[in-house]
Amino acid sequence: MKMTLDILDDFIRGAAFLGTGGGGDPYVGRLMLKQELERGADIEIIDPDDVADDAFVLPVANMGAPTVLVEKIPSGRSAVNTIRRTEEILGRKVDAVMPIEAGGINATLPLVVGAMTGLPVVDADGMGRAFPELQMTTFGVYGVSGSPAVIRDEHDNEAVIRCPKDSDAEWLARAVCIRMGVKCEITVYPMSGHDLKTKGVLRTLTLSTEIGRSIREARETQSDPFEGLMNYLRHSGEQRFCKVLFDGKVVDLLRETTQGWAVGHVIMDGIGDYEGQMKVTFQNEFLAARQGDKILAMVPDLVCILDRETAEPITTEALKYGQRVRVVGVSVPPVMRTPEALEVFGPKYFGVSDTYTPIEDLA
Amino acid sequence: MRIGVDVGGTNTDAVLMDGAEVLASVKSPTTEDVGGGVIRAVQDVLASSGADSAAIDHVMIGTTQFTNAFVERARLLEVAVVRLALPATDSLLPLVDWPKDLVDKVGRHVYMVRGGYEYDGREIAALGEKEVQEAARDIKQKGIRSVAISSVFAPLNSAMEERAAEIIRAELPDADITLSNEIGRVGLIERENAAVMNASLAELSRKVVGAFRDALKDLEIKAPFYISQNDGTLMSADYAERYPVMTFASGPTNSMRGASFLSQQKETIVVDIGGTTTDVGYLSQGFPRESGVAVDVGGVRTNFRMPDILAIGLGGGSRVRDDGELKVGPDSVGFELTRKALVFGGDTVTATDIAVASGAADIGDKSLVSGLDASLVSRAMDELHLMVEEAIDRMKTSASDVPVVLVGGGSVLVNRDLKGVSELHVPEHSGVANAIGAAIAQVGGEVDRVFSYDADGRDNSIEKAKGEARARAIEAGANADTVEIIEVDEIPLAYMPGGAVRLRVKAVGDLAA
Repeated sequence: MKMTLDILDDFIRGAAFLGTGGGGDPYVGRLMLKQELERGADIEIIDPDDVADDAFVLPVANMGAPTVLVEKIPSGRSAVNTIRRTEEILGRKVDAVMPIEAGGINATLPLVVGAMTGLPVVDADGMGRAFPELQMTTFGVYGVSGSPAVIRDEHDNEAVIRCPKDSDAEWLARAVCIRMGVKCEITVYPMSGHDLKTKGVLRTLTLSTEIGRSIREARETQSDPFEGLMNYLRHSGEQRFCKVLFDGKVVDLLRETTQGWAVGHVIMDGIGDYEGQMKVTFQNEFLAARQGDKILAMVPDLVCILDRETAEPITTEALKYGQRVRVVGVSVPPVMRTPEALEVFGPKYFGVSDTYTPIEDLA
Repeated sequence: MRIGVDVGGTNTDAVLMDGAEVLASVKSPTTEDVGGGVIRAVQDVLASSGADSAAIDHVMIGTTQFTNAFVERARLLEVAVVRLALPATDSLLPLVDWPKDLVDKVGRHVYMVRGGYEYDGREIAALGEKEVQEAARDIKQKGIRSVAISSVFAPLNSAMEERAAEIIRAELPDADITLSNEIGRVGLIERENAAVMNASLAELSRKVVGAFRDALKDLEIKAPFYISQNDGTLMSADYAERYPVMTFASGPTNSMRGASFLSQQKETIVVDIGGTTTDVGYLSQGFPRESGVAVDVGGVRTNFRMPDILAIGLGGGSRVRDDGELKVGPDSVGFELTRKALVFGGDTVTATDIAVASGAADIGDKSLVSGLDASLVSRAMDELHLMVEEAIDRMKTSASDVPVVLVGGGSVLVNRDLKGVSELHVPEHSGVANAIGAAIAQVGGEVDRVFSYDADGRDNSIEKAKGEARARAIEAGANADTVEIIEVDEIPLAYMPGGAVRLRVKAVGDLAA
């Protein structure tokens, strides 16, 4: 598959959907990618099955705050330099790059790097969505080390982090990131093709593109974009469970900064067939959806808030009082639901008191 | 007494108001030179009320001239864009994503220079003064005299943009220079776009504002005049001349504010039915609710404060067709209504003809629509009411019924109760709601920057921001006793240390007499 101008907007919309409210304004990522494509860049997306077991695969990402990234635009050059530096450190040429997360702006950066270097981009990631911290990957959960992580800024400042524990790498990298202006580029979890295939969340770039396409095509044929979306998710390869959890209007919005996170909740009043209220809590990304005492979906399953008319995904920062929205819940692949995975990015880590129950047993 | 003027694409409307009373209102065609239409409208409104021009205290003008120039790609200057940011932001250069036909007009004269700030005020790099000088020389050589300067996090610190302007002015004393920090919010690309748009309008704004000035002089009106901006507040003529971009979308804002005033409703939905479209907006505390998403103007992404308006293709001139399926609009005969509609002897069935045939309106020659099929008339009336009801429903913020104010020349189309509407107001003078909106506009002040909750606490930070916004409103001409805070928006900056929160606070007040 190639990334082309024809599928760009579908891909970006899908990446915003998988961002579940976080992951940053997709607009900047879209522009960077569009600029490369208009220059005639050839961006090859390869299926995980086509990656050799002994290939060297390297995730590359932007680390920082979404609000800073709209001023200090991510740097493709600095991202390429982190890759070159990792090659020097490990004494090996990279065969392919990939996203660390499928949601938000970080879905696009590896494609920009692909355009600049000619490296192929693997159709997979380590989160299957967006998460706020570096250790929250299936790679880390199943034993790939995040180290060495190479962090650079546009001044060619560089930090190389080696930690036995990925959560410590996150802790140190975050401090460096803040000194670099809350925006830096990072390579992390250098791994083999075999690790990628057995420990990654696979074919998520395709998933994004298809999610975006299903919404667009429904709009174009004047049919319900939510139906288009559900149809795709239920009947595509992975056959995800998905459901409209609520249809409502934003009546309360609380955002607070706690320990450097955007934490809060949004409360909606029901519209039409949906009675009562729904409360969705978030920490950068949406965490859990509740109706009264009853929890309907929780992390790591996807809780997405979309515009009620167009099904356009809405980030937590763009939520506004009075907006009419629908809340959609989607199951995640089994690789993200094992006890080891839930230990790292399950509800408990995010302070959600409920024990994890898959969305299909709740909603 | 004050005069409100609305200079639209087709008509120039004027109203004379004494306090809350509308003494007179007129409509007059807009002229090519703008000034002639204004003189005519103001003369007419003074004549019809018998008022003396010496009794006028303020003149408020709303205009769509600048928006139209951008949308039509007409009368725009070439602009040099200087961004202070290297080594950061070189992934996306200025003018990225502008439509090609627009870049053809403003050119692609881009200068990337060292400079800019981090989120916490540190310098990304010291300003590349020599590079700015070199850019200035190159700009001079190219014969460009309009310049836009942007810098990373300029809303937090404007010093570098100001210094760069100084350097450029030394080389180009007559240049029109727009600084991004004076115009936009956080969001480099959108703010820079706005600065470039503003710079490209420099000549037109001198011409138009100059025409306003000359017109008032000819009329011997010595009162100060103001121009309305997109959020329903006023700016001084001098300010508008420097920042014409701030008038974008002031038209719908004025019509909504005018509707609010005429109906005395502050929490209401406004439905403005024109010739081609119906604009539906939501008034909160008497001000239009702002759009939460970035708004495109002429194909360029901006982050202006814009009213959240839903436009649907329904107006007095909407074509009505029945080819198996009945359709009203979205296309319209527009300004040709008085030639093409059946009631005016034309051959096109329009929404106006339907309204006349149904007895809802009395326009033109009623007998010319007597042959219309009664079932078509009744189904078309059902359809257009349904369209209005659906648009209202989409703009509502609660499921309960809401009050609605109906304005615009096409408001005659509505002749029955609307579903979801608690009370329907069709005020007097609703045809000149735009000019009334301009006449009653208030002045505002806004703060939009990052505060540290850890250092100052949440309450203190918000109080500080409110104080700054109030001070800015008073500085802009508001009477201190009337200033109130109408918006507080907190956005915590995730991942940032120190409890960094972006606070956006807006204060407005009545113009000091």
